[in-house]
Amino acid sequence: MVTWLAMLIGGLYAAGFYLMLRRSLIKIILGLAIFAHGANLMILAAGNPRRVDVDVKIPIVPEGAEQLLQPYADPLPQALVLTAIVIGFGLQAFTLALAKSVYDRMGVDDVDAMRDPDLTEPPTRRDAQELVSHEELDSVAPAALPGTAVGS
Amino acid sequence: MENLLVLPIVIPLVTAGFCLLASRRIRLQRSLSLFGMVALTIATLALFDAVRSEGILVIQAGAWPAPYGITLVADRLSAMMLLLSAIAGLAVTAYAGWSVGERRERFHFYPLLHVLLLGISGSFLTGDLFNLYVCFEVMLMASFVLLCLGGERAQLEGGVKYVILNLISSAIFLTATGLLYGAVGTLNMADLSVRIAQYENREVINSLAMLFLVAFGLKAALFPFAFWLPASYHTPPFAVSAIFAGLLTKVGVYALLRVFTMLFVGDPDFTHTVIGILAAASMVFGALAALSQKDIRRVFAFQIMSTVGFMALGIALGTPLAIAAVVFYLAQDVILKCNLFMLGGVADKLRGSGNLDKLGGFWKTKPFFSILFLISLLTLAGVPPLPGFWPKLALLRSTIETGEGVLVAAVVLAAFLTLFSSIRIWSGGIWRDAPPPDLEPTDLAEREKDARWMMVPAAGLSGLLLAYALAAGPVFDYAEAAADQLLNPQVYVQAVLGEGN
Amino acid sequence: MARWPEMESVILSRATRLMMPVLIVFSVFLLLRGHNAPGGGFVGGLIASTAFALLAISDSVDVARQTLRIEPRRVMGFGLLVALSAGLIGLLSGGSFFEGVWPGIKLPVIGKLGTPMLFDIGVFFVVVGFTLTVVFTLLTEED
Repeated sequence: MVTWLAMLIGGLYAAGFYLMLRRSLIKIILGLAIFAHGANLMILAAGNPRRVDVDVKIPIVPEGAEQLLQPYADPLPQALVLTAIVIGFGLQAFTLALAKSVYDRMGVDDVDAMRDPDLTEPPTRRDAQELVSHEELDSVAPAALPGTAVGS
Repeated sequence: MENLLVLPIVIPLVTAGFCLLASRRIRLQRSLSLFGMVALTIATLALFDAVRSEGILVIQAGAWPAPYGITLVADRLSAMMLLLSAIAGLAVTAYAGWSVGERRERFHFYPLLHVLLLGISGSFLTGDLFNLYVCFEVMLMASFVLLCLGGERAQLEGGVKYVILNLISSAIFLTATGLLYGAVGTLNMADLSVRIAQYENREVINSLAMLFLVAFGLKAALFPFAFWLPASYHTPPFAVSAIFAGLLTKVGVYALLRVFTMLFVGDPDFTHTVIGILAAASMVFGALAALSQKDIRRVFAFQIMSTVGFMALGIALGTPLAIAAVVFYLAQDVILKCNLFMLGGVADKLRGSGNLDKLGGFWKTKPFFSILFLISLLTLAGVPPLPGFWPKLALLRSTIETGEGVLVAAVVLAAFLTLFSSIRIWSGGIWRDAPPPDLEPTDLAEREKDARWMMVPAAGLSGLLLAYALAAGPVFDYAEAAADQLLNPQVYVQAVLGEGN
Repeated sequence: MARWPEMESVILSRATRLMMPVLIVFSVFLLLRGHNAPGGGFVGGLIASTAFALLAISDSVDVARQTLRIEPRRVMGFGLLVALSAGLIGLLSGGSFFEGVWPGIKLPVIGKLGTPMLFDIGVFFVVVGFTLTVVFTLLTEED
C-alpha cells in the first residue's frame, strides 16, 4: 500500500512538473493543480506510513466508549490536507480566472508570447508620434493590439 | 493581556467583512478602512508594548494544548513586524484614496487590502508551520487579485509570472511541511525546535531545510528565485506596489529568519553556507541590475532584491550581532520601501510616468517633495545618521569577524552600488531640469491636488525614518533583545509548550 | 437567454429548476451533519453554489444573480463576520479564542447548538460568496 501510494505521489509530481514546463498557461495551471494534489496525498501518507497496511480505525471516539480504538489513524494530516485542499481550490479558481482574462485581453495562451518587452506597455501617444515619424509604427502596432494572437 | 494576540487577526477580518458588505459605497469603504487601520495600529502598539514589558505572549486557539492546536505567539520580532505592518497598512490606506482611482477601488480594493494584512499578521503571529502556510496563502490570494486589479495588459503579464512562481513556491512549502511532519511528527515550531535537534538523520533534515529555503527564498525574492519581483512590481497601482514592497518580501525574510534560527541550526556549515552564497549573489546582482533600469519602480524592485540579500546574509552569519542587524534592517526597510514606492507614485502622478527620463525638475518646483525623497534615498544608500547606515555597519562588522573576504567584498560592493543607484535616481529624477511636459494643463491642476494629499502619508513615514535616526540606540537595543530571543529558543519553547519541556 | 445560443437547452433549464431546491436542501443537510459526520460548511457551501452556477450556465448569469438576490461579495462579507463571531463568543465567554461554547440546547433535527456550528455556517456563506463571485466572473464576457 505504501509503495503504491509512493508511486502514485511520484507520478503526480512528475506529471505536474512536466505540465509546468509547458508554454501554455492552461497546462501550467493544470500542472500546478496536479502538483498540489501530489503534495496533499503526500501529507496524508507522511502522517503515518507504517500503519497504512494495518487495519486502522477512524480517530473518533465510538458511542459509549471512553477512548479511541487502537490503532487509530493520525487525524492531524487529514485536517491539514482538508485545509490544503480548500486553499488549493481557491487558488485554482483564481488562476483560471486570471488565465481567462489574459486570454480575453491578449488572445494568447502562450507564456512566451506575452513576454516580448516591446509589448509590455501599449505605446503612449508621444511614443506613437515618434514612431510614426520614424515610420516604424507598422512593425509594432499589430503585435501591440490586444486580440491579435501572436503565438498562434 | 494574551487576548491582545487575536486583535491583529480579528480587526482586519472585521474590517474586510464590513467593507464587503458596503461593496458599492466607496467613500464609506475608505472611512471604514482608515478606521480599521487606525484600530490595528493602536492594537499592535499595545501588543508591542506588552511583549516588551512582559516577554513572549502565547494563546492557544480553541484551548487545545500546544503541539496539537493552533498556537498564536508573539515574541519581540513578531511584535515589531506586526506594528510595522500596521503602520505601513495605515499609510497605504491613506495614500490609496488619492492615487488608486475609483474604478479600481470598486474592484474590492479595500477588502483585499485588509485580507492581505490579515494574512501578513497571521504569518507573524502563528506558532506552527502549517498555519504559516495557510496565512501565506491568504496573503498570496489577496495579493494576486490586488496585483491584477483593473486588468491592464502589463499587469496581467506581470501577474502571470508572479502567480505561477508563487504557486510553485507554495507547493514546495506544502511538500516540505508534509515531509517534515512525516519525519518528526509535529509542525508546532516550538516542538519542532526540540525534536529536530534530537532527530538523527542529518541528511533528511538538511534536504528539508533546502526545500524550505527555496520556498521562502522565492517569497523573499532571494537570488536566483527573485525574477518574478521586478517583472511584476512595476505594473499595479502605486499604492499596491508600496504595500507589496514594504511587506510581502519581508514576510519571506521573517520566515527564513524564524526557520534558520530556531529549527535548522544543526548543520550550519552546510545550510547557512548555502544561504550566504545566495545572499551575496542577491546583494550584488540586485544592486547592479538596479543601475540598468529606467522605470523608477523597476529600480526600486531590484533594490528590494539587493536588500533581501543583505538580510539573508545576516541570517547566514547567525551571530547575535548579525541577527540584531537583520532585525534592525527589517525595522527600517518596511517603512523605507513602502515610502519609496509611495514617493515614486507622487512623481508619477505629477508627470504621468515613472520613467526617469520623464522626471526631474522637482528640486526647483517641489522642494518639500524633494526633501522627502532625499531622506528616503539617503536611507537607502545607508548614509549616516539615517537608519539605513547602522544595520549595514553591523553586518559589515560581523562579516569581517568571520574572516570571509569574498563576503566582505560583496557587502562593500553592494553598498557602493546602492549608493550609486541612489545618486542616479536623485540626479536623474529630482535634481536635473525637467524635460518638456507630456500632460494637458487642465489635468495638471487636478493631479497637483491629489499629489499634495498623497504626500501626507509619505511625509509621515519619512518622519518615522528621521525618528529612527534619532532613536538608533534604543532601536538597536530592541533588535539585540529580539536576536537574543531568536538565538535562544528555550524561552520560546517554554512559553509555548509550558514549563514541563 | 443563454450566453451561448447554440448551447441553449430547454431540458437543462427545466432540470436545473427542479434540481435547485434539492441541491439547496441537500447543502443545508450537509452543513448541519458536518459536526460529527462527513459534511460541513465547505462542502455544503460548494453544493449550494453549484445550484446557482448551474442556473448561470443553463440560463444566464443575470438570471442567477436575480435568483440569488444578494450580491455574492456581500454573502462573503456576511459569512466572514458570522465565522468570526463564533471565535469571539468563545473569547468573550471567558474561554480561549475559538473555544467551543455549547449552551446545552438540543433541537430535534439540527442537534446540539454551539459555536462550532456557527463557524460552519459562516464558512458556508463565505464559500457560497467566493465560488459564485468566481463563477459569475468567469461566465461574464469581458465588455
